[in-house]
Amino acid sequence: MKIHEYQAKEILQKYEVVTPRGIACFSVDDAVNAAQQLGGEVWVVKAQIYAGGRGKGGGVKVAKSLDEVRQRASEILNMRLVTHQTGPEGQVVHRLFIEQGVRIEKEFYVGMVVDRRQQRVCLMASSEGGMEIEQVAAATPEKIHKVFIDPVAGLRAQEAQDIAIKIGIPEQSLPQAIKLLQGLYQAFDESDASLLEINPLALTAEKQVIALDAKMNFDDNALFRHPEIIALRDLDEEDPVEIEASKHELSYIPLDGNIGCLVNGAGLAMATMDIIKLYGGNPANFLDVGGGATAEKVTEAFKLMLRNPKLQAILVNIFGGIMKCDVIAQGVVAAARDVKLAVPLVVRLEGTNVDLGKKILADSGLTIISADNMADAAQKAVNAAKVQ
Amino acid sequence: MSILINRNSRVMTQGITGKTGQFHTRMCREYANGQACFVAGVNPRKPGEDFEGIPVYASVKEAKQQTGANVSVIYVPPPFAAAAIDEAVEAELDLVICITEGIPVRDMIRTRYKMQGKKTRLIGPNCPGIITPDEIKIGIMPGYIHKKGRIGVVSRSGTLTYEAVAQLMELGLGQSTCIGIGGDPVNGLKHLDVMQLFNADDETDAVLMVGEIGGTDEEDCARWIKDHMQKPVVGFIAGVTAPPGKRMGHAGAIISGGKGTAQEKLEVLASCGIKVTRNPAEMGKLLQSVL
Repeated sequence: MKIHEYQAKEILQKYEVVTPRGIACFSVDDAVNAAQQLGGEVWVVKAQIYAGGRGKGGGVKVAKSLDEVRQRASEILNMRLVTHQTGPEGQVVHRLFIEQGVRIEKEFYVGMVVDRRQQRVCLMASSEGGMEIEQVAAATPEKIHKVFIDPVAGLRAQEAQDIAIKIGIPEQSLPQAIKLLQGLYQAFDESDASLLEINPLALTAEKQVIALDAKMNFDDNALFRHPEIIALRDLDEEDPVEIEASKHELSYIPLDGNIGCLVNGAGLAMATMDIIKLYGGNPANFLDVGGGATAEKVTEAFKLMLRNPKLQAILVNIFGGIMKCDVIAQGVVAAARDVKLAVPLVVRLEGTNVDLGKKILADSGLTIISADNMADAAQKAVNAAKVQ
Repeated sequence: MSILINRNSRVMTQGITGKTGQFHTRMCREYANGQACFVAGVNPRKPGEDFEGIPVYASVKEAKQQTGANVSVIYVPPPFAAAAIDEAVEAELDLVICITEGIPVRDMIRTRYKMQGKKTRLIGPNCPGIITPDEIKIGIMPGYIHKKGRIGVVSRSGTLTYEAVAQLMELGLGQSTCIGIGGDPVNGLKHLDVMQLFNADDETDAVLMVGEIGGTDEEDCARWIKDHMQKPVVGFIAGVTAPPGKRMGHAGAIISGGKGTAQEKLEVLASCGIKVTRNPAEMGKLLQSVL
């Protein structure tokens, strides 16, 4: 799960991470009032969307008067912000964050992720603030410093100090930098984060180390113990189809092709997309109905796929293990009737009760293209989509 | 021989009083030597009870002492599953297989930390389990699709493994052992660990390795194979069409920061001399071609 920058900063402040003073707003008037309340002479008006690259996309603007705050806020609020992470369709800005301006002397990068090989949280830091960390990693990997954090001891003061020195934090700011880095890890750990990025971390003219931006993602599997984080969820930022899918415990990701896929199991679902592509077609979605799919779940899955106006064929690929093929077949038949299916449907069943399942499909009176194996199924689906 | 488990393994079920634990314990018991292999269950609140004749103990330690069980399979719900692994490790079992899907990564990081220097091996979590065909099945895979033979199978997925096994069976190729190592980012045995075991196993002639996007496990394994493996290995990587930044069902199946793409993995595998296919319908045929 993702949250907005201002929400991440609110969490981090509880861990003594210094950030600029700021107020989240939903209207232009609120933005002006917020600037007034914050005081000072310079403000930053920031679009609040989940995607990164907001600055380059025109979603972050400096304002030097209240009039300018008003102007910038009205430009950014409700704009369709396009960044390298939003895709060409962009994301409409519904929230603003007004922050007090800060005099910046130098910028750094700090990030935390779970390192799969070390099986620990990895703290990454670099002197190259404000840049995409992937670009830094590709061009100048020696400028990225890492610490793999001991889960019991936490981030040790010595480790924090070493990495702070390596990225060029001046000596007088080290005590505060150590505290900040330790605070970041504690926030990451206690909130079950999966990603934390401060880009940039800034050294101010007053030699204070301060988080200018903040990005936090959380482990979905741990949300059950974080109602305070679930409460931050912003449905405006999520794809409505994915929200609907998650209600039915379906794992669904829309893609830009025309062949819908309904599969049990994530690995097989990916492999099904791959083979469609390999045979010259284009998958319209990833859809894993999971191990315990019921007829109702299959119907919901069909409805999700049919929301896509580009859909020209559906491929059902089921390897029944625990899930029985006859149950799936009943679900497919019920769904096809329920949604009055108008696109060709290719079904490949294998595994437990496969013969029973095939009989149910054959006896249904529906036009179902039956396939014997995965290759046959993909070929038939690709052909069916072409004919349409 | 086979690897990790055989007809002599003695297994306890942690979470035997739940619906999932009961269903699969029953299925495993009905498979091959299951009746003799599945000897105990654990539930701290229901010691002294039994499940269809299998005695339930209060702790892993007690179940081990009373029955001699050396393997555990876990169906405990996600909030408590990491603690269940910890308990099995503490009791010094040989092998723990955690089926549970949805364990927080933070819990698994701590569990893996505690496992350092311990003898217990972990398969999973979020995995289908392990089967040595016609001897013993521990997990949720359909037993009947397998047959005893000399091909090792290791995979991060469930149903895609069944697909691979079905393709082998179509060609008359049985399996020595099939292992699903699971789809989570922080887990127990990796492809590399399993590959080393297959390499040392007298009853395995060749290995089918099924990987997917995310992480670098397959690449790490491929580099080891290049220098050490004495048996043919073939590979398939799922997710060539997966978009970056999206979690494809499995918690660990995600391309992040441009890393962990299927393309990259396929290239590393091929460069290490492993035959790979981009066609998931041809995993079996590819393996047959190297025998």
